[in-house]
Amino acid sequence: MDSFIIGQQLVNGITLGAIYGLIAVGYTMVYGIIGMINFAHGDIYMVSAYLGAIFLAVITFFGIDSVVLALIITLLFTIVFTALYGWSVERIAYRPLRGSTRLAPLISAIGMSLILQNYVQLSQGARNQGFPALVEGSVRVGDGAQFFQVTYLQMIIVVTAFVSMGILTYVIHKTSLGRACRATQQDPMMAEVLGINTDRIISIVFVLGAIMAAVAGILVSLNYGSFDFYIGFITGIKAFTAAVLGGIGSLPGAILGGLILGMSESLFSGFVNTDYKDVFAFGLLIVVLIFKPSGLLGKPEIEKV
Amino acid sequence: MEKIHKPLDFILAFKGAFVASIIALLLFGPIMGLVLSGYDYQAELQRPLIAAVVVFVGRFLFSLLFQFAQHEPRLQWMLPRKTASVWVEGEQVESKQSVRLFSAMTAITVLTLTGQFWLSVAGGVVLYLLLSRLGKRKHQVMVALVVILGLLMPFFATKFWLTVLIAALIYVLLGLGLNIVVGFAGLLDLGFVAFYAVGAYGYGLGHEYLGLSFWAALPLGALMAACFGAILGFPVLRMHGDYLAIVTLGFGEIIRLVLNNWTEFTHGPNGVSAIPPPTLFGLEFSRIPKQGGTPFHEFFGISYDSSFRYIFIYLILFIIVSLMIAVVTRLRNMPIGRAWEALREDEIACRSLGINHVTVKLSAFSMGAMVGGLAGVFFAAYQGFINPSSFTFFESALILAIVVLGGLGSTVGVIIAAFILTILPETLRYLATELPKAIDSMSDYLPSFLHNTLSTLSDGLGDIGSYRVLIFGVCMVLMMIWRPRGLLPIQRRAYHLDKPGDAK
Repeated sequence: MDSFIIGQQLVNGITLGAIYGLIAVGYTMVYGIIGMINFAHGDIYMVSAYLGAIFLAVITFFGIDSVVLALIITLLFTIVFTALYGWSVERIAYRPLRGSTRLAPLISAIGMSLILQNYVQLSQGARNQGFPALVEGSVRVGDGAQFFQVTYLQMIIVVTAFVSMGILTYVIHKTSLGRACRATQQDPMMAEVLGINTDRIISIVFVLGAIMAAVAGILVSLNYGSFDFYIGFITGIKAFTAAVLGGIGSLPGAILGGLILGMSESLFSGFVNTDYKDVFAFGLLIVVLIFKPSGLLGKPEIEKV
Repeated sequence: MEKIHKPLDFILAFKGAFVASIIALLLFGPIMGLVLSGYDYQAELQRPLIAAVVVFVGRFLFSLLFQFAQHEPRLQWMLPRKTASVWVEGEQVESKQSVRLFSAMTAITVLTLTGQFWLSVAGGVVLYLLLSRLGKRKHQVMVALVVILGLLMPFFATKFWLTVLIAALIYVLLGLGLNIVVGFAGLLDLGFVAFYAVGAYGYGLGHEYLGLSFWAALPLGALMAACFGAILGFPVLRMHGDYLAIVTLGFGEIIRLVLNNWTEFTHGPNGVSAIPPPTLFGLEFSRIPKQGGTPFHEFFGISYDSSFRYIFIYLILFIIVSLMIAVVTRLRNMPIGRAWEALREDEIACRSLGINHVTVKLSAFSMGAMVGGLAGVFFAAYQGFINPSSFTFFESALILAIVVLGGLGSTVGVIIAAFILTILPETLRYLATELPKAIDSMSDYLPSFLHNTLSTLSDGLGDIGSYRVLIFGVCMVLMMIWRPRGLLPIQRRAYHLDKPGDAK
């Protein structure tokens, strides 16, 4: 009997984890390249949820009835506009601070996060927003009273997440752009000497992170059907936890950390206590940072003098 | 040498402004222009257009201003500055100008609260001139004046301004506490509100379960917060920079979530109510004694006034804040303070020189937490009611904004920033209620278009409360670009073994 409940929680956890992984990619890439926590990344994801709902409403207004077509168009528009947000945040809040004090980019990032939250709240109102349930139906495993179900939506989420991750991994590891990214990550000054425009590469990394956040934003809205201007904060910290868990700077680490965090959080809220699931996630973050700061797949940080 | 004056490049400014406004239009377009309602939307396309025009004009003017300022020595202060200034030991602690200006401004602010605007301006000018005449003892005179003014303040202020001042002083205390951790020791703490909560709940719950009085809770709450600081300090010893920030943030959220969810003990979101205000040797400041003592007004045979309570809280708070400022200023010159600053500048070099980073970091965390706990006890006593929603991450960010705006590590800067960030919104709110009346009373004398413009402006001022957080965020980003070391940056010490003139 228990195995079905565990199965159900694991399915929910994998879905959640795939989403955490997508957001974690943004943290891990930015941290890898300029060594700062992009505190506003969670809010970029929040903005993408709003953009998604707005574009879907506009598309419905223009009379596109096909769910698949509507979703794809929404996704494309959301990706483009969220990428613009990611680019602008880097341009306004981080680029002028290069070479400044150590705390400056982080404080500026917190400021940016407050700006994005309140800008959305003031423009769109403080109330919860809805996202129509476009994909319905599920597959049941088991029979009679004992079963667990996997909705089609959950399958779409996991597949989309893995496909996006696959594309990103391909871009980073096989293309010349990805090579430039990795070079900048390893040694920005040397990369610059070799003719790589590092400022441009850093912008591109923010854009790539924002694209992944946009995919996550649409998937979350589809899954839960509602969102508000505050979702970026908690989800952002959890995604960062996932990035740290998997090893910051490592792409497969981000998705692995996301899956582990999603599943353990799901199991915790299923079997122990729902109220304390956030406490559990934060506690996990602290424990990981104390005992294994380099994460599961990360390289240990060497202090240089 | 002849100075080269480059002509202003209008084309460049125009190009930049054009690109910025196009991007602004794309960014603001969907979110500001299309407001979601249900699964549908309402078009409000004028809003992104206005925003884009504002961006265009703003970018254009700033571009011209900066081009101009770069060649104009008197406008150099407008340009972003990143480097720290150096303070040579034995020289003036702070520049004379800023000290005089600061005290004059303080006098004006403080006296304005008594309601006599022109008197306060005159007082400020007199103080400024007085200070420019005084010689070496200027610093002491100024401190004495501020203390006397601060102590006399509550007897003249209205109750509204008294409550605003109490809130401002609580933030000064919080700023001082966080300044120890972030400013002195350079450990970015994003969960400082946790210690504030520990202090507040220490008093609230301590009163409920153990019957603690304010005077018992004050040291106990501070001690408890210091213990929490040390508890947090231990695991984060090995971390630095961003990792530390995120762990402290997690810690702050854990404290809030526990307070919110442990309903049997903390009453969850309902919070703790009926927390008594402080008493003076058992004399209460309420009309009818609730704690079984004699009320203050009966003891002295004077008529009851509800503002007695606030005056008393203000006075205790003022004394504690003054003490804390004295302590913090001295700590900075003591070995422990120097160790904090050394650790902030270079941890590895510091450890190589034999400084025990464990004690240094832990002392910074627990000292800061202790001050935060004190502020929490005052908050609980002043509000009489606390619940977890007062201790969100936004509060931490606000305290951090105070410390950053003031200048990391600068005590005077932190005090000024705390006052600005708490009094400014209240002043604007006050003006928003008073201005329309004043404008209406003048409607007979003013031309109608001027009258309309003024009323629109004062109406806009009324909404400033909802833009508060947005403005904080913008300030934080702009300050980091313009002055990453704050408005009144600390001056780094430098020791010169021999002055250039002494050489034989």
